[in-house]
Amino acid sequence: MKITGAQALIRSLEMEGVETIFGLPGGCILPAYDPLLDSPIRHILVRHEQGAGHMAEGYAHVTGRPGVALVTSGPAATNMVTPLMDAYMDSIPMVCITGQVPTNAIGTDAFQECDTVGITRSCTKHNELVMSAQDIPMAVRQAFHIATTGRPGPTLIDIPKDCLTNLMDWNWPTDEEVIDSLPGYRPNTKGHPRMIKEAAKLIMASERPILYVGGGVLKARAAEALRELAELTNIHVVTTLMARGAFPDDHPLCLGMPGMHGNATAITVMQKSDLLINLGARFDDRITGKVSAFAPEAKVIHVDIDPAEQGKVRRPDVPIVGDCKQVIEEIIKAIKDLQANGTVQADTGSWRSRISGWREQFPLSYEASEPGEALKPQFCLEQLRDNAPEGTILVSGVGQHQMWSSQYWTFNEPYTWVNSGGLGTMGFSIPAAIGAKVGRPDRTVWAIDGDGCFQMTAQELVTAAVERIPIKVAILNNSYLGMVRQWQEMFYEERYSEVYLSPEVPNFVLWAEAMGCVGIRVDSPEEVQPAIDKANSIDDRPVVIDFRVDAREKVFPMIPAGFGNSDMLLPEWQEANRGGLK
Amino acid sequence: MSEFGSHHHILSVLVQNRPGVLARVAGLFARRGFNIFSLAVAPAEDEGFSRITIVVDVETTSLEQIVKQLFKLIEVVKISELDPGRSVERELLLATVRTTGDHRGQVVELTNIFEGKILAVGVDAITVSLDGHPEKLDDFEELLAGYGIVELQRTGRVALPKLDREARLRAVSTKSNQGKAG
Repeated sequence: MKITGAQALIRSLEMEGVETIFGLPGGCILPAYDPLLDSPIRHILVRHEQGAGHMAEGYAHVTGRPGVALVTSGPAATNMVTPLMDAYMDSIPMVCITGQVPTNAIGTDAFQECDTVGITRSCTKHNELVMSAQDIPMAVRQAFHIATTGRPGPTLIDIPKDCLTNLMDWNWPTDEEVIDSLPGYRPNTKGHPRMIKEAAKLIMASERPILYVGGGVLKARAAEALRELAELTNIHVVTTLMARGAFPDDHPLCLGMPGMHGNATAITVMQKSDLLINLGARFDDRITGKVSAFAPEAKVIHVDIDPAEQGKVRRPDVPIVGDCKQVIEEIIKAIKDLQANGTVQADTGSWRSRISGWREQFPLSYEASEPGEALKPQFCLEQLRDNAPEGTILVSGVGQHQMWSSQYWTFNEPYTWVNSGGLGTMGFSIPAAIGAKVGRPDRTVWAIDGDGCFQMTAQELVTAAVERIPIKVAILNNSYLGMVRQWQEMFYEERYSEVYLSPEVPNFVLWAEAMGCVGIRVDSPEEVQPAIDKANSIDDRPVVIDFRVDAREKVFPMIPAGFGNSDMLLPEWQEANRGGLK
Repeated sequence: MSEFGSHHHILSVLVQNRPGVLARVAGLFARRGFNIFSLAVAPAEDEGFSRITIVVDVETTSLEQIVKQLFKLIEVVKISELDPGRSVERELLLATVRTTGDHRGQVVELTNIFEGKILAVGVDAITVSLDGHPEKLDDFEELLAGYGIVELQRTGRVALPKLDREARLRAVSTKSNQGKAG
């Protein structure tokens, strides 16, 4: 049967199980928008293409299914570069479809032409310029296959306008045909049996082990397996920024986040450990600090589905290439086999008591404000957390508010934390929260944002209001680019350069109202609870709370860039006890 | 050309012959800060595939990381590292040399000694070609330099594993399920 390329595209997306597309039409992609009218796929019309990309990411974060963005050529494609790179850094499955000028106009500097595949080559896992309507179904199948298997990531299909309007014979490639068409793509999911045995032996012999858990555990949907491993071996867990929620924060073995703004215990256990069991983390510089000073006494087991992560930063003693879920389950089996054969786990008692000591002495803390003083951002987060319904999804932008969110929220369930970890994209939270709410309409979704971030992508609240996507937004507004301010205060002798944002404009309440949201302003601690109550009671439109918080507040602990983790800066009132971190 | 030092390795990379594949490979090297010393590409024995011979400078990066990153490209099917002692290498050189006075005879003689070819003869210049082991080309180039090289072009080396008993193709990665990931 002959159909147009555009019809084939929409039918292919339906065949892939796509329920929602985030997009914005334009000249070259126009033909694809016509058959969309007759499709059951929901299309969410964004106000800026970057928003479509981050929405697709937020959707993928919480559902595990690939997010889909559909935009036109030229400037629309270049507006997708940031979300594509963001998804690439954080291994988010996402498929982006861009329109392109007709094949005979390619290379002529035609209106809204750009070299989309050239521009996005280094920010996608794979991309493809389709040159015939007939090739569209295969291109779609390949894009979804590549985006969702192995180490997930974004893919892009660039489709010239004439390929959308030309007729083609509908065909839907089989799984075998897809795999045969990609002879160079064979992700390995099963860990090497000998390495798994080796890992089990090291775990049983370690006196100071720690489970260093990264986003790969969430990607592999391995949270349950992780919990079984931790409980079986009684080993404590640290969860990186990308892995918050992979292990319940209220579990006695959970130590929270390590790294540049991790808590003192999570940082210290890695430094003092004799065995790092890295599950799906990548020794990011924000975790290791100065690599040569990182975890100096530790042997390393590194489980990662991407072989290129093995030895990229830290040479592992036991490298295991594979899917975290499969590998963790195999390690559990191997440990049980050892136990059955009489191997006894080394005594970790003194290690565990040291850990309890650190936790007691160095909890995350901040100085509560005295009556009449400015509102503390951490206090706002605690109140939001304590009033959030179970299963609330938290989405953050990038900066101080992101670190406080990760520090002060309690993540007890996987896929309840969405943020831009690798790329650090300011403006991520509003669109990502919209995507998350579309993916999980049954959940409350709070976006925690800074006033700097909010001003980058706030226009997507119009999308949320019009499309009836009732997200809630808490702006921790200190009228500064807060994290940069913190660095200038600490490392540039309080010479504040270009970080002060006006406290007068914009008027966030009016702005929210103008975009069809409810706007609430909070200046003092007493107003916090009623504002949150009000926000929680509204479910028919987005709500924005403008929390006016203390600009002097800094994120602690902190490991200054370029320093080793043992040089961690503690809050003043804990500095005196620093000796306790031995 | 600078000498072929110990920091150089030869990678033979089998890729799907698709538009943009060379840009992907070259882009990866640029993006990750790896240095390409030379690069040659042409269709391979099987239809739909090309072989890229890349000589990489690994003074600053580990070869392992280069290979692993390269292997993540979807269109890369197989990567072999060729040990220079256990592979055959060839390169082609074209050079136009100034030949005033009695230099023409000397250049022709030199070319004959190296078993090269005379491609074109002008009033005061001559164009010669030589194919062979890259080190032989280095020697030839050095001797020609004394006469004054007007223009010179080398292809970069191509290589295949030796066929003798000793030939050991150190397959860094293969098309099978071993370690190919996305």
